[in-house]
Amino acid sequence: MSRNQESRSTIRRQIKLPNREALKIALRSIKIRFWRSMITISGIVLTIAFLTYVILSGYINAAIPFEKGELAVTAAQDNTRQYWLIGISLLVCFVGITNAMLMSVTERYREIGTMKCLGALDWFVIKLFLIEALFQGLIGSILGAILGALASIFVSFVEHGGTVFALLPWGQIFSGILGAILVGGVIAVLGAVYPARRAGKMPPADAMRTEI
Amino acid sequence: MNTVAEPQTTEYAVKTVNVIKEYVMGKETLRALKGINLEIRTGEYISIMGPSGSGKSTLFNMIGGLDKPSQGKVYIDEVDISGLDAYELAWLRCRKIGYIFQTFNLIPVMTALENVTLPMIFAGMTTQDAMDKGAELLQLVGLGERIRHKPLELSGGQQQRVACARALANDPTIILADEPTGNLDLKTGKEIIELLRKLNKEKGVTIISATHDLKMLDVSDRIIWIRDGLVDKIERREELDIEVGTVEGEEEA
Repeated sequence: MSRNQESRSTIRRQIKLPNREALKIALRSIKIRFWRSMITISGIVLTIAFLTYVILSGYINAAIPFEKGELAVTAAQDNTRQYWLIGISLLVCFVGITNAMLMSVTERYREIGTMKCLGALDWFVIKLFLIEALFQGLIGSILGAILGALASIFVSFVEHGGTVFALLPWGQIFSGILGAILVGGVIAVLGAVYPARRAGKMPPADAMRTEI
Repeated sequence: MNTVAEPQTTEYAVKTVNVIKEYVMGKETLRALKGINLEIRTGEYISIMGPSGSGKSTLFNMIGGLDKPSQGKVYIDEVDISGLDAYELAWLRCRKIGYIFQTFNLIPVMTALENVTLPMIFAGMTTQDAMDKGAELLQLVGLGERIRHKPLELSGGQQQRVACARALANDPTIILADEPTGNLDLKTGKEIIELLRKLNKEKGVTIISATHDLKMLDVSDRIIWIRDGLVDKIERREELDIEVGTVEGEEEA
């Protein structure tokens, strides 16, 4: 009973948890839903592979001296069209992530409600989903960037032959890859903002719901 | 036997004063609770009964700090919850109330031990302390051997035991149990009821459960009947003994 007396009528504010805890829980969520995550990730892989391919092809073509000026012009035209395609594919990727995360939130309503019953703050729940999306985004982007880079180098090798390796702008290729990974990560997190906020706002009483 | 059930002090774990809850649905206002007055003393074992649509769940959410009343006051451990902000409510839910659900609601990605330590981590306890206490609590509910198991590797009864241990994690004043035996068979349900009774007696924790389970009524100190948004009647166990005895006899035959 002494426990009650000392704590009685002293309500304090719930503390914010260290990010490490959110990170741990989010990583485990990805691991246990590995194949499902892979489907979400595959969308990012394709988009970022395409993005990397286009960026790096641009760099590589610029670095290799053309004999005919005409070719350079068509290449430039191709590029504009490709940038449009990239924009659209990034948008599709964004929508895909939002959709996948919304499904994930709906599916886990009871888990989220329970966590809130146990004392999780809205922000903690939001963080869980954002971290999950960030990791999916990064994994997908890294795979995609590698794929895209290999493809662009392979294509230039086929077009120009073995001499191309001496001419490749490695610094630019490297920064292009990094940039593409960054874009993938940002898109994934942005796509998860709305679903994560919805999860954060979910009332704790949802934990008691027995029907879906 | 009844010392805990009849505490000498008049400390109230939960007190509601003229609680009214209204839901606005389009143009119509639905009044789920129409003025509930309740006093539940610390250490009591209470069952809340009522048909679906009676306002039972609404009242239950109110007592659990999951929802605020439209009018009236709800005191949990003598604190008026209507004045609390989101951070304070989260703190209250974390420290003062333990929840047990019909569907167990363990986090599937975590082991039994991690599930039990989660509320302690939310409360800011260090991982090592939380682990020690979690193992101790799992021992208390009779799952000392299975602390590394994931929920899916446990039976329903075992999962509910883990949930009981989790509810106790931060030494709450109140354990709120929503149909704790609803998804369990007769025998396991009985074991959970006995476990709750044991925790109630040994730890002096107030237990409030919404239930249809007659076995549950048999161990309750008081049964509160809700009908149509109002307290219909409050019965003490003694008044109910004979009735429940026969019904349970039939059920188990």
